[in-house]
Amino acid sequence: MKYGIVVNEGPYQHQSSDSAYLFCKAAIEKGHEVWRVFFYHDGVNNASKLTEPPQDDRHIVNRWGKLNEEHGVDLVVCVAAALRRGIKEENLAKGFRISGLGQMVEAGVKTDRLIVFGD
Amino acid sequence: MSDVKKFMFVNRKAPYGTIYALESLEVVLITAAFDQDVSLVFLDDGVYQLKKGQQTKGIETKNFSPAYRALEGYDIEKLYVEKESMEARGLSEEDLLVDVTVLGRAEMGELMDQQDVVLSF
Amino acid sequence: MLHIINKSPLMNSALDSCLRVAPSGDILLIEDAVYAATTGNAFESKMQEAMKRFKIHVLQPDLEARGLGDRIIAGIMPVDYGGFVELTTTNNNCQSWL
Repeated sequence: MKYGIVVNEGPYQHQSSDSAYLFCKAAIEKGHEVWRVFFYHDGVNNASKLTEPPQDDRHIVNRWGKLNEEHGVDLVVCVAAALRRGIKEENLAKGFRISGLGQMVEAGVKTDRLIVFGD
Repeated sequence: MSDVKKFMFVNRKAPYGTIYALESLEVVLITAAFDQDVSLVFLDDGVYQLKKGQQTKGIETKNFSPAYRALEGYDIEKLYVEKESMEARGLSEEDLLVDVTVLGRAEMGELMDQQDVVLSF
Repeated sequence: MLHIINKSPLMNSALDSCLRVAPSGDILLIEDAVYAATTGNAFESKMQEAMKRFKIHVLQPDLEARGLGDRIIAGIMPVDYGGFVELTTTNNNCQSWL
């Protein structure tokens, strides 16, 4: 199956980005394709390369980046939501790209399932 | 056009207290450009998004409620409000700023089951 | 349809709304909604009612994280993330009640 994922909340604040990540990992392990993860609302904060969690904690931002690197998951950050919250090309973490909301709609059109994680 | 899917946007949150209602509306407007079959549903506190007479000057926030009236111009005409949610809030159709179809909870549940993509914010 | 709930029913109406509107199907309780799958709280009788119409699943890692892995209501099915993925394939569509 081909999946699209939407993440609506920021990392560390809310469990939704952890849930979304663990879902993606499990789907890939089962042989499914995670075609795109779209970050919206405060979810855009998942893409900040300025993120520095404590040593003994998971690195949510880099974890997403690895999904992109190892499995080609397209990580798209909504431009309007990102600009509102101070996420720009200059502080965008590796593996993410900034684009329009149309990319979320496209994920709904082109995948078999679109799963939303949020508050 | 094998790519036409049934998209439903479920709005369950009130406006202004959080940004979800506004950013949901932004997605709806974009979806219109993709020629999909779009429905908007207002449930629970989401019904408050459609309340007439919103005046946001005092909170220095943009009043985005007129945009619901513009949806028709984007060919988004399927707006549904759940009867039970509306009544539980002491509202009637006359209190709403756009024409909507009022559905009972069972009809609403059936409509949801028929969708391909359900987005909630 | 798969209904995904992530809020405690004692704090938020998401689960109540789902039970009011949806006719039947699968419900998966994740994050703070896992409290709804446990015995002895004020929502349990509603959950027992709901089990007559829905198949209820609970995300086991979220339940265990909250110290309630041994309090699951009989008849509610625990799943891991793989089981979560499975539920999205066996249902034609899904809805997160945010």
